[in-house]
Amino acid sequence: MRHIISLLMENEPGALSRVAGLFSARGYNIESLTVAPTEDPSLSRMTVVTSGSDDVIEQITKQLNKLIDVVKVVDLSDGDHIERELMLVKVRASGKDREEMKRMADIFRGRILDVTDKAYTIELTGTGSKLDAFLGALEQGVILETVRTGASGIGRGERILKVS
Amino acid sequence: MELTAGVTTELSGAEITMRCLQEEGVEFMFGYPGGAVLPLYDEIFKQEKVKHILVRHEQAAVHAADAYARSTEKVGVVLVTSGPGVTNAVTGIATAYMDSIPVVIISGQVPTHAIGQDAFQEVDAIGVTRPCVKHNFLVKDVKDLAVTMKKAFYLAGSGRPGPVLVDIPKDVQTAKTNFFYPQSVSLRSYNPVVKGHTGQIRKALNLLLEAKRPMIYTGGGVVLGNASAELIQLVRALGFPCTNTLMGLGGYPATDPQFVGMLGMHGTYEANMAMQTCDVLLAIGARFDDRVIGNPKHFFQEQRKIIHVDIDPSSISKRVRVDVPIVGDVREVLQEMNRQLVAGKERPDSVAIKAWWKQIDEWRGRDCLKYDRASKIIKPQAVVAALYELTKDMDMYVTSDVGQHQMWAAQFYKFNKPRRWINSGGLGTMGVGLPYALGVQLAHPEATVACVTGEASIQMCIQELSTAKQYRLPVKIVNLNNRYMGMVRQWQEFFHGNRYAESYMDALPDFVKLTESYGHVGMRIDKPEDVEPALKEAFSRKNDLVFMDFITDQTENVFPMVPGGKGLSEMILV
Repeated sequence: MRHIISLLMENEPGALSRVAGLFSARGYNIESLTVAPTEDPSLSRMTVVTSGSDDVIEQITKQLNKLIDVVKVVDLSDGDHIERELMLVKVRASGKDREEMKRMADIFRGRILDVTDKAYTIELTGTGSKLDAFLGALEQGVILETVRTGASGIGRGERILKVS
Repeated sequence: MELTAGVTTELSGAEITMRCLQEEGVEFMFGYPGGAVLPLYDEIFKQEKVKHILVRHEQAAVHAADAYARSTEKVGVVLVTSGPGVTNAVTGIATAYMDSIPVVIISGQVPTHAIGQDAFQEVDAIGVTRPCVKHNFLVKDVKDLAVTMKKAFYLAGSGRPGPVLVDIPKDVQTAKTNFFYPQSVSLRSYNPVVKGHTGQIRKALNLLLEAKRPMIYTGGGVVLGNASAELIQLVRALGFPCTNTLMGLGGYPATDPQFVGMLGMHGTYEANMAMQTCDVLLAIGARFDDRVIGNPKHFFQEQRKIIHVDIDPSSISKRVRVDVPIVGDVREVLQEMNRQLVAGKERPDSVAIKAWWKQIDEWRGRDCLKYDRASKIIKPQAVVAALYELTKDMDMYVTSDVGQHQMWAAQFYKFNKPRRWINSGGLGTMGVGLPYALGVQLAHPEATVACVTGEASIQMCIQELSTAKQYRLPVKIVNLNNRYMGMVRQWQEFFHGNRYAESYMDALPDFVKLTESYGHVGMRIDKPEDVEPALKEAFSRKNDLVFMDFITDQTENVFPMVPGGKGLSEMILV
C-alpha cells in the first residue's frame, strides 16, 4: 500500500543521504522524496512517498526514527491529510493546438508561465493523480518536457508535526 | 543542546581531542599513525594519561577497542588516519555495529580546503562508514570539536550502543579555539526509552504465569545491558528453561540446571525443540535473527505468544510478529518484572511446568553434543572441553574467530558470567580472535585470556602477534588446525556434494616457527593424549604468549545443525 511519510530532521549536511541510504540499504521503495528547510532554519522537513505491507511501513518509520538526525516521523496516511505536487510541463503550442492547449490548462487550473511562438510552459499543482490525468489528457507528442517535485504532505485540521 | 559547567583555555584541535579523551577517562586508544593525524599523534606524545596501543593494521585497532568495550562496560577508542586508515577500519566498525558495541573512532581527514579534490589519502569517511555506524560526524570547525566529541561518546554508549566515527580534517587539528568540555549533552532528536511500560510488563507477566510450556530466550542485550543478575533472579523465581544466543552466552550461567544451552543453527537439540514448541516465549535483548530461529515461516507453524523486551523499537516485530512488545532498558524492565512477580500472589502452573521439564529432559537425553571421545585423532571438541576443565576456576576470558572452532567454543566452554565470551556474532568476521584477545588482556591485565581460533581465521590478523610482543600481552592461542576452512568445508559436504572448492588451506605456515619469529612460544600438538599436558604447560607460562597448534580431525562437523532456510526442529543430528 502507498504511504506518505513526513519527517522533521536536523538541517545538517549529510542528513538527506542518511535517509536515502537507509531506504536503499534496507530495500525499501521510494516513489518520491522532497526536502527543504522549515520556518525554523535548524530543521528540514521531508516528505517520502513509499509503498509496502504494514510490517514494512512499521519498520520504515522505526528505522527513520532511529536515525540520529531525525527528530520526528509521522505516517500521514494514518489519518486525514492533504498532499500536493507541483509539475511544470512544456508543451507544443502552435497553430490550431495553441487554443486547445490554453483550454486544457484552464480546465486543470494550470497557469501558463512562459510563452513562445511554438510552446507554452504550464504550471500545475495537485495530487499526483491529477497531474497524471492532465498528462493523460494531452495528445501524444505535444509534451516536450515535464518536471515534477514529488508530493508534499500535511495533516488536516489540528494534526500538526512540530518539535515540541 | 544544553551545556553545563566546563573549563576555558585556548587550545589546538589536536590538543582539544586529547583533552576530551582524558575528560572521558579513556585508558587506552588503539591506532595507527599517518599523515592526516600527525598533529594528534604529536599530542599523544606529550601526555601520559591516555595510553596509545600501536597495532599492525587498522582493522585490528577497531577489533581490539571493540573487545576492550565488550569485556568492560566502557567505550572503546580508535585513532586512524585518512583514506586507507579509514577503509581498513571499516571491517572492524561493521563488526562492532552488528553486535551493538560502543566504540568511538577518530579518523584524520585531509584539510577542509582539499576535501573533494581527490587529495592524497582522501576518502569520504562519512559516506564509507555511514551504513555501519550508529552515527558519524565531520568536524569542519574547531569550535564544534569538543561538543562533537561529547556527543560521540554519549551516542556510542547510550541507548542501543554502537560505533560512532568523528572525522577530523588536519587543519581543524591545528586550528585553535577556547576549550570548553560540556559535562553532558542532550539531543532533541535522540531520547532512548529506558523505563519499560509497566502495563505491558504486567501483561507479559500474566502471560508467563499462565504458560504451560514457557521459554526464556536472551541475547547480547542482557550482556550489554548488565542485566545478568536480574535475569537469573527472574528465571529462578519462575523455574522456566532459559537459552542464550551466541551473543548472549554468559548472560545466564551455563552450568545452571535451568540452562538448556545455546539455541540456533548450532544450538542444542533441547534448546531448539523447546524454542519451537513453547507456548509463551519471553525474548530479552535478542533479535530473532536468521541464525537463531531459522526460517520464520517454519517457526510460525506452531502457535505461541511472544513477549519481546528490547531497547531498540526497530528490533521488535522486525522478523517475527510480537504479541507483547516492551521497549526499554532490559535491566530496568527485568527489575520491574521481578518486582511485580514478588509483589503478586500468582505463581506459575507447577504441574504444567513439571511436565514441560520432563519433556525437555527427554530431549536432553538425546545428548546432541556427543563426539568420539576415544578418537586417535584430536577431536576439536575435546580440546575446548579440556580447555574448559583446566581454566573454569580461573579469572578467564575466551575470544574466538569465526567458523567451526567458534561454534565448538560456544558449545563446549561453559560461560557462567557475562562479558567473558568475546566473539563476532552478527557480522561473523574472521580475524577478530587475536585482536580481541589483545583488547581484553589490556583491559584485564591480571586475567587469563584464551583465543580459540582456526588456522584460516588466525591468518587474517596474524600480524598482531607483533603488537602482542610490543605490549607483552600473554594471551593463549588455541588453534584448532584442521587444514580446512572448516565451516565452509562442512557446508560443501552437506549442500554442495563434497566439492571442496577453495576451502583447503594449502601452504600453511609452520605456526610454531612463525610464533617464535615474533618472539613468542609455539607448540604443536597432534596426539589426543598430549592435549591436556600441553594446555597445562601453556597456561602455566603466565608471562608468555603461547600459540598452541592443535592438529585436529579434518572431517569433524559441528552438530546439531539447522540448515539455512530450514526450521528449528529440522536439525541434522550426529
